[in-house]
Amino acid sequence: MMSASKRSAVRCVVLVLTSCVALACEREDRRLNSQQPRAPSQFVSQVSLQPGPTIVSDTVEGPYDDDAYRTTEGQVLFEQMNCSGCHANGGGGMGPALMDDEWIYGSRPDQIFASIAEGRSNGMPTWKYRLNDQQIWELVAYVRSLSGLTPKGARPSREDHMMVKPAPSQTPNAKPKNSGLPGAAIRP
Amino acid sequence: MHSLFDPASPQARAVASLWWWMAGVGGVIWLGVAALAVYAAVRGRGTRAADDLMHIPAESHRRIEHVVTAGVVITVLILAGFLTYDFSVGRLLAQHPQRALTIDVTGHQWWWEVLYEDPDPSKRIGTANEIHVPVGEPVQFKLRAADVIHSYWAPNLNGKRDLIPGYVSTLWFKADTAGVYRGQCAEFCGLQHAGMAFYIIAEPKVKFAAWLAAGSTPPDPPTDPALRYGMRVFMSSGCAVCHSIGGTDARATVGPDLTHLKSRSSIAAGMLSNTRANLTRWIENPAAIKPGVRMPAVPFSPADREALVSYLETLK
Repeated sequence: MMSASKRSAVRCVVLVLTSCVALACEREDRRLNSQQPRAPSQFVSQVSLQPGPTIVSDTVEGPYDDDAYRTTEGQVLFEQMNCSGCHANGGGGMGPALMDDEWIYGSRPDQIFASIAEGRSNGMPTWKYRLNDQQIWELVAYVRSLSGLTPKGARPSREDHMMVKPAPSQTPNAKPKNSGLPGAAIRP
Repeated sequence: MHSLFDPASPQARAVASLWWWMAGVGGVIWLGVAALAVYAAVRGRGTRAADDLMHIPAESHRRIEHVVTAGVVITVLILAGFLTYDFSVGRLLAQHPQRALTIDVTGHQWWWEVLYEDPDPSKRIGTANEIHVPVGEPVQFKLRAADVIHSYWAPNLNGKRDLIPGYVSTLWFKADTAGVYRGQCAEFCGLQHAGMAFYIIAEPKVKFAAWLAAGSTPPDPPTDPALRYGMRVFMSSGCAVCHSIGGTDARATVGPDLTHLKSRSSIAAGMLSNTRANLTRWIENPAAIKPGVRMPAVPFSPADREALVSYLETLK
């Protein structure tokens, strides 16, 4: 059996050792009033969390709207850049359909150009650093031809894929639309 | 260089000798017919054809019958002979070897994508517009088209074969003479159909094996800051959207694989020799060299373009 004095000595040592652990405690330093870090100098193009903003436009015609050759070049790009990956040949999938008459950001040429060039929220990438302006205008012409927004004679008459509706050249003419967003989301 | 009359494989030789026989026999017949026509015209001068035909004596009649019968029989025999010969050449070309080096060739508007198959994916080699093959070994091409109908035609090694979208056609040959043989798209495929050439480089087995081994090793990324900048220009601009460079983030398959760009002798599907000046000119404005080409002119600053070309020059 341990003597009473020995026991208290052990207690003492344990107490000292335990309080050593307390020494290791340090209060986290929350710099509540210091200078805020700056953003990096290089920025990438951003998209907003909610759909929009979009541009108000009264442009009616894109530069290649009546150019059948450029429209089909746009069709080739649509395939090569894997637009179909989300828009599924214009029918829509992960991305919105392009052959109907619903337009989140408007169906005028410069509105579609902006959507392709800058990208949009929910996954549409920014293309302006990857494609040049001419290529984006070609895509604009093709996208608009899908729902009959370009002159009938310049629209592609044939698709290489199974389509849920007749070729663009067989689509009835349509009128351009502005954004389908509530007015609050539209900024000039 | 691009000629049916300079065959470099047994297959092309069979086609060439069929051609010579047909041209020879056909030429002799043509000369004979022409001579007979001249003879008939000279002999019959001054007689009135209608009268003659009305009063042909019986024995002349029989003679004419013999001549016509002999003509028909000879014609049928010669044509049947050529038909048999043609079938035998066709059979020779169609008998694919059991084991052959298989190369996937895909026609694009307006260049040739080349992929060396291998069970080991790390040894699959992609290149463009230049096909290296070993001498003395059977080589089989699997021909595909990415957009419209193209046609493979390298007459020194074998005949012509169409590339049809959605269909795999095959063609094989065994090169027996080392050399560089030109090929060309032989089915009108759009604006730059004529500017869609390729080269087949037949080389000794050892040299080919060395090329193949080098092909599966991507070039080291540059360490020099200027070259690293050029690489960044490539990766951050439109280049990487269409082209791929092994060992980097650029993995697109729209345009030709540039992993070993400088190992090729030409650029733009055989249109330009692969020099620094030509490469710069090509990047500056591809449509000035090949109007209608799918590669766009990317608006680089001159300094960026220089850096980009310097980087591309390192892709040996």
